[in-house]
Amino acid sequence: MDKRSEMHRRERRRYVIGYGGSLLLTFAVFGIAYRYGIETPGVYLAISLLGLAQLIVQLVYFLHIDRRRSSREDLDLILFSTMVLLIIILGTVWIMGNLAVRMHTFPM
Amino acid sequence: MKRAPTHSYPGLNLGRRHASADKASEVVTFGFWVFLMSDLVYFGLMFAIYITMIDAQAGGPGPHELFDLKSIFAQTLILLTSSLTVGLAMLALKYNLPRWRIVFWFFVTLVLGLSFLVLEIRDFMAMADKGGVPQRSGFLSAFYGLVPLHGLHVTAGCIWLIVLGIQLRIFGLTDLLMSRVVRLALFWHFLDLIWIGIITIVYFGGLTYG
Repeated sequence: MDKRSEMHRRERRRYVIGYGGSLLLTFAVFGIAYRYGIETPGVYLAISLLGLAQLIVQLVYFLHIDRRRSSREDLDLILFSTMVLLIIILGTVWIMGNLAVRMHTFPM
Repeated sequence: MKRAPTHSYPGLNLGRRHASADKASEVVTFGFWVFLMSDLVYFGLMFAIYITMIDAQAGGPGPHELFDLKSIFAQTLILLTSSLTVGLAMLALKYNLPRWRIVFWFFVTLVLGLSFLVLEIRDFMAMADKGGVPQRSGFLSAFYGLVPLHGLHVTAGCIWLIVLGIQLRIFGLTDLLMSRVVRLALFWHFLDLIWIGIITIVYFGGLTYG
């Protein structure tokens, strides 16, 4: 078996591992929702953590983002965009939620 | 210990065998990644609007009446599988497998993308039947601003797949086309990431807090 087809197999395995991991996390999320219902914040916390894990699995195995030196620039870009995203989302939710409480439209 | 292969842009690199295409991809792929991140910020805005609108149902139908988790589950599996098949197309390209292998995985990805869209449109039609139309409430406006935006991206991805398939047939594997395939794969994986956000925040979040 030459080196090239071994590399090929190794890289294909990477994709298959990523796929398997994502599949497992998807089944876990829907399984939890089915088993425990989707009413309580505790269940939702578990679901969102599994969602976050899935994001990381796909970033690493499908998009090949990791901490290797040569891909640092991409990592910088992603981290910066994530920061912008968090400011936008958390800021919006904070301000609009605060407004809703003051306007007494928020169901307390 | 084996040294890790060099890695000069996001996504699967074409590697030394396609050195010139690999070099040509370096700058454009990074640029494309910048585009994807600005698209991400756009999606983020729509997510923020959705979160603030979750209670603004104005007496109209809410998440519990409208969302069909079975269909969402099917859509998730389809999109996830298409992310794998687009990756396999990339590998077929990288390792010089016969051209039909690339076209085959492209075709599978296209079929999966289209079935995703069919399921999504069926969902929207079922929602509209129950009175869940965009003008009914702020919540529904936000929903239709976000989820079909993702669907529109998938549609664009499908058109891109078809065009690239035709170009591959006409021009063969030129450097330019190879670097386009790299970007298409990135785009497709990116849509999968957004979809995870949608199921977590729009569907499960809506059902929990709506």
